[in-house]
Amino acid sequence: MKYFHLLWTALFRRKTRTLFTLLSVVAAFLLFGLLNSVRTAFANVGGDVAGVDRLVTMSKLSFTVSLPKSLLPRIQTVPGVAAVSYANWFGGFYQDPKNSFPNEAVAENFLDLFPEFVLPDEQREAFRRTRSGAVIGASLARRFHWKIGDKIPLQATAFPQKNGSNTWTFDLVGIFHGRDPQTQEGILFFHWDYFNEATQFGGGNSVGWYEVKLADRKQADPVAQRIDALSFDSDHETKTQTEQSVTAALVSQFADIGLIVGAIMGAVFFTLVLLTGNTMAQAVRERIPELAVLKTIGFSNVSILVLVLGEAVLMLFLGGATGMALASVIVDIVRQKLGSSIPLASLAGSTWLLGVAFMVAIGLIVGALPALRGMRLRIVEALAGR
Amino acid sequence: MLGRLGFWMVMALAVVGPVLLLTYMPWWALLATLLLLAAWMASTRIGQQSWSVTQVGIATIPQRLGSSSVVVIGIAGVVGVLIAVLAMAAGFETTLRETGTDDTVVVTRAGAQTELNSVIDQDTAAVVTQAKQVLHNAAGQPIASPELVVIASLPKKSDGLDANVEIRGVGQRAWELRPGVKVIAGRKFTPGLRELIAGKRAVGQFKNLQIGSSMKLNGQLWTLVGEFDSADAHNSEIWGDADVVASAYRRGGTRTSVNMKLTDRGEFEALKAALTTDPRIKVDVSTTRDYYNRQSENLTRAIRILAITVGIIMAVGAVFGALNTMYAAVATRAREIATLRAIGFRGLPVIVSVLFETMLLAVLGGTLGAGLAWAIFDDYTASTLSNFSQIVFAFNVTPGLLWNGLKWALAIGFIGGLFPAVRAARVSVTAGLREL
Repeated sequence: MKYFHLLWTALFRRKTRTLFTLLSVVAAFLLFGLLNSVRTAFANVGGDVAGVDRLVTMSKLSFTVSLPKSLLPRIQTVPGVAAVSYANWFGGFYQDPKNSFPNEAVAENFLDLFPEFVLPDEQREAFRRTRSGAVIGASLARRFHWKIGDKIPLQATAFPQKNGSNTWTFDLVGIFHGRDPQTQEGILFFHWDYFNEATQFGGGNSVGWYEVKLADRKQADPVAQRIDALSFDSDHETKTQTEQSVTAALVSQFADIGLIVGAIMGAVFFTLVLLTGNTMAQAVRERIPELAVLKTIGFSNVSILVLVLGEAVLMLFLGGATGMALASVIVDIVRQKLGSSIPLASLAGSTWLLGVAFMVAIGLIVGALPALRGMRLRIVEALAGR
Repeated sequence: MLGRLGFWMVMALAVVGPVLLLTYMPWWALLATLLLLAAWMASTRIGQQSWSVTQVGIATIPQRLGSSSVVVIGIAGVVGVLIAVLAMAAGFETTLRETGTDDTVVVTRAGAQTELNSVIDQDTAAVVTQAKQVLHNAAGQPIASPELVVIASLPKKSDGLDANVEIRGVGQRAWELRPGVKVIAGRKFTPGLRELIAGKRAVGQFKNLQIGSSMKLNGQLWTLVGEFDSADAHNSEIWGDADVVASAYRRGGTRTSVNMKLTDRGEFEALKAALTTDPRIKVDVSTTRDYYNRQSENLTRAIRILAITVGIIMAVGAVFGALNTMYAAVATRAREIATLRAIGFRGLPVIVSVLFETMLLAVLGGTLGAGLAWAIFDDYTASTLSNFSQIVFAFNVTPGLLWNGLKWALAIGFIGGLFPAVRAARVSVTAGLREL
């Protein structure tokens, strides 16, 4: 640490060059932060820790096929099941098909299974009492400027009402907040009973899927098998999975986000290595006589090596940390403004760790050759400028 | 103080103007600019001076190979990533766009947006197919296919995990309606039997879709009897007889859509007016071209936003890399440049030469990046979830995208070269001669 001042001075020996190199590093790590935030957001959709004790039972045929409601009491008796609820996908939009967001018709006890949706007691009670009531997440309320007491007209896509109308109007009675920052807030829930009674199709006591709360989260596999055994070889076979595997499967079907992010960052870091490597090579080439002086006054070969490597890592670290901090600020601002309509997650600790690992690794790579050159130089020749 | 401020304002204009111009410039305008530049270099005295200074600059590039390659590789990275990501959007868009035509229509329940959400009962289907704008075949039957779109989940070849595949139960005249669909192996399904024919892309993506293999849908055994190629989004589907698919999915006589051929594409508005005002039915009518374009809109826009955001950030990084390289190049040539100035060369040839050199490196980088993107990603297949089922598409590296990439390269080279060029021209002769 006592050489920090030396490192710092060496780094800013040529201010413009270092500044430009730093800005390139900032750009690279800004991109790293942003892309990683997108990747985490996709990896986290519904899959945060809150969902580990829940199973989803859907039709084995496909999730668009509904299940008979008569399964409910049978699933309730399966050992290891703490509670069962059910819901129906609704697929409505607000005013324009572009304003699509998840909306679901849910059973009375549905929200009890989701402690991550924090709804004040009196609003929960109001929801229970109001037949045409709906509750929404805070980010959805911000997006459309809705407040409690508003009437929300949704256009149905799959489920027109019995009278043929596509417009379903709900009374907004509650706004819930996510318990964790990852909680999906952009969703609307309304009563399954109301839906079942008024819908033209898809009613008739069939449900979209069952939501099962486990008594013991470690028992997910055996319980899932027991539930699926209930309907085995019937004409409505089920497939029960943990909530995470359902979302993970859906996300992986959407795109291999990890691969795309990895490929882009590969290209970015490759060019970054070349760019900063060139800067370091120039910096050391210019300073050969100075390094010779350092050696003359007693610096060992190893300390020269460490000094040059340290300078490279310091450069990467300064630029990288700035870039990631910038990414973090941008992500938070965008999330504040646009809510969950854009897939961005706050920069997690793991992203920072990975980022720092990249900074150190790239620093060592680009510092290696110049550092070896500095270490091997012969004092006499270097001082003579040969 | 004012002079300095003025200088930076001029520089800012000098950057923004040409970059904007370049962004909107068609290829022939750029070619014309190049020819003008060549003519200027050949005919005027100052142009000739510029050319000779440029030659010296280019001749010394091999001495600065390491730092020059920073410009080339940096820009190649930007252009390569930009083109690859945009090619993904273009590929997805093309696949869906080519699925539709202007002379076929899809009729769905009013408000349904997609076939999957739609329900068309038998009476509605009968009314719809009787419209007089529907083309009839030689036997006098309307070329219309009431279809039932459902989803099945099948294990993928790549990782064995289940993914959604669209099963389209089609009517008897589906093959007449879509003459582009060719059976490339096996045969068509037999109406009335539990037989399926799979699209080429679906066969490539899912396990157990070889001819003769069987699969279980809702407890019933189905046999795959053939493979078709439609060269569009239908390639990701599996087709069967609508009646049989409906019984397996317990849909009775309802369908999700009616697809029909128009007597003439000009008849679309008349058909739409006739069907949407008919009091007996509540339907939406769109040409298949519109319908499939709508399906690709959101995703292509999202991918384009990603491409531009990533491209701009990478470009900023590359600009600073280029600035570094060219400032260093100018610094090493300081004495040479000062000498030229001392023997009477003006500033302009120096600016032109540095700028020209940077843009030459940029074009090299742009070509390298575009070439790599084309070599690796043209026709690279990927799949995504659209309307809850898998759609396989091929990346499409179009000439337009390559040209776009080259323009980005030129813009980056221009910014990265301009400032060092001006610095080179402004260094005082005496200071320059004293360098090194």
